[in-house]
Amino acid sequence: MEQLPISHILVVSSALFFIGVYGFLARRNLITILMSIELILNSANINFIAFNKYLYPDKLDGVFFTMFIITIAAAEVSLGLAIIINLYRRFNTIDIEDTKTMKY
Amino acid sequence: MNGTIILFYILSVIVIVFAAISVFTQKIFRAAICLLTSLVGIAGIYLLWDMDFIAALQIIIYVGGIVVLIIFSIFLTHRASEKLPEQTLIRRIRSFIIALIGFVFTSWVLLSSQLLSVNTTPSSTPLSIKEIGLQILTFDKYGYLLPFEAVSFLLLAVLVGGITIAIKHKNKN
Repeated sequence: MEQLPISHILVVSSALFFIGVYGFLARRNLITILMSIELILNSANINFIAFNKYLYPDKLDGVFFTMFIITIAAAEVSLGLAIIINLYRRFNTIDIEDTKTMKY
Repeated sequence: MNGTIILFYILSVIVIVFAAISVFTQKIFRAAICLLTSLVGIAGIYLLWDMDFIAALQIIIYVGGIVVLIIFSIFLTHRASEKLPEQTLIRRIRSFIIALIGFVFTSWVLLSSQLLSVNTTPSSTPLSIKEIGLQILTFDKYGYLLPFEAVSFLLLAVLVGGITIAIKHKNKN
C-alpha cells in the first residue's frame, strides 16, 4: 500500500500560508487581516500534525503544540476584535489607513 | 492510490479554494463564510489522519468560537451587503508577487529535498485522549505542565484585558 508523501502535505500547507500572507498584505480592513492570520496559524497546525504523524508516531509533542497554538489563536482573536470594536466606536472606521492617531 | 489519499487531495483542494475565495472576495460576509468552510475542511484532514481530538478542538474553538466572533463583529461594524472598497492595483500586484515568490520557492525546496523523500510510514494507531491528559499534567520528562499553566495565565490576562478594552467610559462632564 503506497503512502501519501509528506512533501505533498507540506506543499498544501505552504499554499495555505502564502494565501494568508497575500491577504495580510493586500487587505486594508482590520477584520479581514485577522482572518488571514487565522489561515497562517492553521497552516502551521497542519505542519505540526503531519510531522507528528509521519516522523514520531509514538509521541504526542506535535499534538501539544497544535493545542497551544489553537489556544493562543483564540486569545489573539478575542483581544484583536475587542480592540477593533473599540476603534470603530472611536473613529467610526476600521480601515488601517484611516486610523493613524498613534502613528508618529 | 487508495481512498484515504484521494480523500486527502479532495479535502486539500476544498481548503485551498475556499481560503483563496475568502482572501480575494470583496464581500466581507462571504469572506467569513468561506473561512468557515476552509476551517471545516482542515478538521476533515485531521479526522483523516486519526487525530480525532484535534479535529474536535478545531471544530469547537475555530468554527464554533472564532468564526462566530468574527461574524458578530462584522455585523457590529459593517452592513451585511456592503462591499469593501477596491484596493489599489499596485498594492494587490505587490502582495501577489511576494506571496507567489514565497510559494514557488518553498515548494521547490520541499519537492526537491532529499530529507523529506525518506520512506516514512505514518502511524495507524488512533490518538489516545487518556495519554494526552496524562502527559499534559505531569512535570517529569516530556511533561507539559509548565506551558499549560502559562497558557492558563495568558487566558486569564486576555479575559481581564478584553473587559478593560471593551468597557465603556462615562463622560465626566
